[in-house]
Amino acid sequence: MIAIIDYGVGNLKSVYKALNSLGFHTIIAKKNEEILNSNALILPGVGAFRDAMSQLSSSGLKEGLLKSVEVGKPVLGICLGMQLLFDKSFEDGEFDGLGLMEGEIHRFDKGLKVPHMGWNHLKKHIDDPIGKELKDNEYVYFVHSYYLKTKEHQNVIYWCNYGMEFPALIRKNNIIGMQFHPEKSGKTGIQLLKNFGELVG
Amino acid sequence: MLTKRIIPCLDVNNGRVVKGKKFQNLIDVDDPVKLAKYYSAEGADELVFYDITASNEGRNIFLHLVEQTAEEVNIPFTVGGGIRGIQDFHDVLRAGADKVSVNSAAVMNPEIITEAALKYGRQCVVLSIDAKKNLQGQWNVYINGGRVDTKLDALEWAVKGEMLGAGEIVINSIDTDGIKDGYEIELTKSISEVVSIPVVASGGAGKREDFYKVLTEGKADAALAASVFHYGEIKIYDLKDYLYSSRVPIRRTE
Repeated sequence: MIAIIDYGVGNLKSVYKALNSLGFHTIIAKKNEEILNSNALILPGVGAFRDAMSQLSSSGLKEGLLKSVEVGKPVLGICLGMQLLFDKSFEDGEFDGLGLMEGEIHRFDKGLKVPHMGWNHLKKHIDDPIGKELKDNEYVYFVHSYYLKTKEHQNVIYWCNYGMEFPALIRKNNIIGMQFHPEKSGKTGIQLLKNFGELVG
Repeated sequence: MLTKRIIPCLDVNNGRVVKGKKFQNLIDVDDPVKLAKYYSAEGADELVFYDITASNEGRNIFLHLVEQTAEEVNIPFTVGGGIRGIQDFHDVLRAGADKVSVNSAAVMNPEIITEAALKYGRQCVVLSIDAKKNLQGQWNVYINGGRVDTKLDALEWAVKGEMLGAGEIVINSIDTDGIKDGYEIELTKSISEVVSIPVVASGGAGKREDFYKVLTEGKADAALAASVFHYGEIKIYDLKDYLYSSRVPIRRTE
């Protein structure tokens, strides 16, 4: 069972619907109990970093998430949900993230249209089961104003280019982050969600 | 490379897709959910739903359609039309929309842009501007479906909209809407040059070359069209092939 963490931000329906239609039993989890009973987690998120972090804490669901990471369950952060997995973000200030992977979230440089909104292609860096069946340069849908800066290049599965290279899909053991929206990325996105579902033992 | 987007727009009236000319003479086209699925499969990059019904009952039918569409398609879609306040944002986002487009309400009450941006993020606030050229050769902002001239300058309004928190601008030319003689290039280009958020051109697509022109010369990030797609005059698949071979960065699907 895959649990989508519902901590009050974002539209969870499309991820939920996509995973269920792929045959993965998925629930929208509002309680730690549900999170702890699941085999894998999805951390969604839209909106602002600070609000999302504080809602994740105040909902108490951060606890279930961290415990799940510790025991090695596959965890997928999507968009802002991915950004929360890192050390800190500079979105309208400086705020601590979950610190599960090393890196910082910065705003796109001036001179670029922000948000980076639309379909951009994935550039493969490392072969990984999460990218199974994907061809070179497939397109996925991005909507974000901030991007990840990390020194852990060995964890970057796919890069994307918008003004410069930034990680589009990153993986450290059981923790996976997708900066784009797989649930809005047509067939390519569905394949990626399928690959994630298949990581669940 | 970030690609240019092709966006079919569905004007929905009492649960059906309709199309008019210069915002009038509406005729019935098709079932919105069916069309949305079809466009998604054909390679549309995004969809827009405009609710042009006025009644409460119509609105409920519309929200139900948004829900059904969200279940059937896995590309982003924007909902607009009749958005008055933050509750409307809430309702359509909950029904499954990814972005919400505001027009008249933002002119009457600009704070709605900021309020929605803070609550749901800039990326889901689209400022839609209906503009018409005045006698001085500048563009005025119109509201209430193109019926009321606000005397606001479209370029100034676009800049202000970005400042208030809009994440994207749709610029719709009333003069070219439904006429199929090309987008308003000068207007689109001017808007695109004064803001640093994505700009979607709307109104006037008639042939493939019109898309090419607005995405290159017009500097638009996306091109929106309705009737040429609804009546099958242009197939999205063919359009994208043509744009790709004309060296416009475009996402092609199998």
